[in-house]
Amino acid sequence: MGSQIGKRTIKFKNPPNITAAYSVAGRKEKEGPFGQSFDLTFDDEHWGEKTYEQAERKIYLKAVESVIERANLKPDDISFLFGGDLLNQIIASGFAAREVGIPFFGLYGACSTMAESAILGSMAVDGGFARYVVCATSSHFATAERQFRNPLELGTPKTPSAQNTVSASGAVLLTSDRGRYPAATHATAGRVIDLGATDVNNMGAAMAPAAVETIICHLEDTGRGDNYYDVILTGDLGTFGTSLFHKLADDSQHDFSAVHQDCGSLIYGGDEKMNCGGSGCGCGASMLCGHFYKELVQERIKRLLFVATGALHSPTSALQGESIPCIAHAISIEMGYGG
Amino acid sequence: MDIKKSVDDTNYLQYVKNAAPKSPLLKECVMAFIAGGLICVLGEALDDLGKCILGFGEEGADSFRTTVLIFLGAIFTGFGVYDLLGRVAGAGSIVPITGFANSVVAPALEFKWEGYVLGVGAKLFTIAGPVLVYGISSSVIAGVIYYIIKVL
Repeated sequence: MGSQIGKRTIKFKNPPNITAAYSVAGRKEKEGPFGQSFDLTFDDEHWGEKTYEQAERKIYLKAVESVIERANLKPDDISFLFGGDLLNQIIASGFAAREVGIPFFGLYGACSTMAESAILGSMAVDGGFARYVVCATSSHFATAERQFRNPLELGTPKTPSAQNTVSASGAVLLTSDRGRYPAATHATAGRVIDLGATDVNNMGAAMAPAAVETIICHLEDTGRGDNYYDVILTGDLGTFGTSLFHKLADDSQHDFSAVHQDCGSLIYGGDEKMNCGGSGCGCGASMLCGHFYKELVQERIKRLLFVATGALHSPTSALQGESIPCIAHAISIEMGYGG
Repeated sequence: MDIKKSVDDTNYLQYVKNAAPKSPLLKECVMAFIAGGLICVLGEALDDLGKCILGFGEEGADSFRTTVLIFLGAIFTGFGVYDLLGRVAGAGSIVPITGFANSVVAPALEFKWEGYVLGVGAKLFTIAGPVLVYGISSSVIAGVIYYIIKVL
């Protein structure tokens, strides 16, 4: 079983191996620079389903089923499914879990859910409570717009600091089986940070402080330097959030400019129509399980710190004038660690 | 580290406010002027069409123009084009009555899966509702004030 080091970092004793990862993404994501790295793509927001919510459930389900298949396992072999999504009562994940029948821990960490799930999944595996677990999250442009913003056909322009919710899903399979795979070695749980940002069209500004706080704490706890990781990968800070991230790091005498990448800024390749880039659970999840997992397996990246940030507000809290509390969970994924 | 302290020192929120990407105001005003103007020109043309060619008379032409504009706003929303126009035209396509049609039809399209009563019926005026409530309320107040002034 792992142990706690420093203030709030977990060091896994037998780092759980990520033996498979699977990503599903929509048309706009496919047209982006990382389109080829997604394992499965779909063209129509409905993906053959009646409602958008059903479409999101389908992308979640596809990711979960396919990651299990890819590891040559069956749903019955999986002890637990950890995951969530952005919808009220996390209906994409819950309904998908109904289909696969794997014991399910439903989580809500907004866009941080992928890292949160992977951390809890790793703890279950390293703790000896499970041999195989699956961690998965999803988001969908249309379902998120409906819930958090305006109807899709409403003719109002977007704020320049806004981001586009990614229609995508990602799933990883964690196991205690040995072998040379990317493994979850450390994890740092996030504190909820709220600096008083209230603009729901500027999530990057609300989330950047949480990301910086968690990363610095992680590095202090593990005694690692700013450039220990080949890549520090944030989930969906977006282009403006990224610039704030660097400023805040700089204010704290850290410099991540050489190693930091942000899924939200990358996924659409700076397409102006997407304003500050992508957001949503599926953004970080699909990029981690698509492009970056492949880079880890091929050992082009050996040490990756995945930091997914989430905004824990709701439309109700925003209307009531509350500020946006944010969280960032970090999980260190390394290839050939200790061996 | 204490992020709150380090951020308080640098006045983060003020920094965000200054650094946030801004809307290109001048460009948006010009686009709104052109698009809104064109919609109004179309309205005038419809008015003339109703009055001079179709012979609806003054009041008939008013209704004709309004009805056609609302119809066009609704149909272009249905075709999924009005939001694309809105992205370019901004307030130019929101403020005219076509924008009002858009704000009613957009939720109607979107919430049909939740049923015709609790979906479409309940959500139809989520965007336009406040405009109606305060538009009608203020016209009542204006009417009362007008009445009092007349009596005096």
